[in-house]
Amino acid sequence: MSKIELTVNGTKHTREVEDRTLLVDLLRDHLGLTGTHIGCDTSQCGCCTIHIDGRAIKSCTMLAAQAHGANIVTIEGMAQGEELHPVQQAFTDCHALQCGFCTPGMIMAVAALLKDNPNPTDEEIYHGLEGNLCRCTGYINIVKAVKQAAQTMK
Amino acid sequence: MFELSYLKAKSLSEATSFLSTHPEAKFLSGGMTLLPTLKQRLARPTHLVDVSALAELGGIEAKGGQLVIGAITKHYEVAASAVVRKVIPALAYLAHQIGDQQVRNRGTLGGSVANNDPAADYPSAVLALNARIVTNKREIAADEFFQGMFATALEDGEIIVRVQFEVPRRAAYEKFRHPASGYAMTGVFIAEFDTGTRVAVTGAGPGVFRWTDAEAALAKQLAPASLEPLVVDHTNLNQDIHASQEYRANLVKVMAKRALQKLLNT
Repeated sequence: MSKIELTVNGTKHTREVEDRTLLVDLLRDHLGLTGTHIGCDTSQCGCCTIHIDGRAIKSCTMLAAQAHGANIVTIEGMAQGEELHPVQQAFTDCHALQCGFCTPGMIMAVAALLKDNPNPTDEEIYHGLEGNLCRCTGYINIVKAVKQAAQTMK
Repeated sequence: MFELSYLKAKSLSEATSFLSTHPEAKFLSGGMTLLPTLKQRLARPTHLVDVSALAELGGIEAKGGQLVIGAITKHYEVAASAVVRKVIPALAYLAHQIGDQQVRNRGTLGGSVANNDPAADYPSAVLALNARIVTNKREIAADEFFQGMFATALEDGEIIVRVQFEVPRRAAYEKFRHPASGYAMTGVFIAEFDTGTRVAVTGAGPGVFRWTDAEAALAKQLAPASLEPLVVDHTNLNQDIHASQEYRANLVKVMAKRALQKLLNT
């Protein structure tokens, strides 16, 4: 067992978990933050993407123990009260989702991408979102949403 | 995932001595290959010894004609490093082509080199840039280090500390990405030195290799036309559902020409 202390969306938590526990399971099962999804379990789909120290991480491919002491933001931490994060707002405005399953991970990946590259080209958006799969939209409206978010965040 | 114990190493000596007394323990850094392997139950280590925070394994430094990068340096750190971009921009470019942003945020140079996936990007740069792999025990030349599919000169319990790249005059990397995984179906890294040009190929064969015919041809004239008459022997290359041996042989030449053109344009 490992005693894990970490900060999630600004709140400190301490939990004792088995060493083999994945970070995504700590978030979902122990902290009740089920906005972070498990889509594939093979590290391919990106639905479980969260931020650790501001960088996009697949939380299914990290042990909870590795996140000891980390500062984590999940999809639940993106909106400020009733006000959506600009990336969330852009996904809504551009209809960048259909079933919505990939959306939390997609939004976390986009927010991280725009932090590294505030004004990405189409090619840079495709490259930046290679770790996130969407089986509904064909990505067209997701790319539109990235561009809108980039504009509003300027 | 099978049950296991996690240990965060406080020093390199603690990590290596732990592995010498626990033969079924494994080093863990970014875990971008190791954790998916464990989740699929393809390996069953008793312990994971986390080395990702050891200062002894970090750092990026250019000195004396070498670029020295610590083993735990993440791909995004190499891609974004002002030092790497100045000294060997092709290496920063390669690091930015690995996997996806989430993988680049966790995966490490040492992990990629130690794993020696036949379709990984880094081994081609390590081999073409005539790097020396420094471990906790010794220094190994890249030409001796890579020994075929997932095989390296590393012994049990031996760990990569840093990689010392030889700084070339110019270098370039081009790969044909697998459209789903991003791995190299074929990737070619070309490095031009005062002493000659080295050409390393990843993704095409069972392990990274030097295309010595191309090196000899480019020694006469450093131009894409020098590669034109060469024939790549396809019989030792990989064949799978994605590409035949003949297709990969063609890709070697095509990627080499593109990389060379890019090198000449720098």
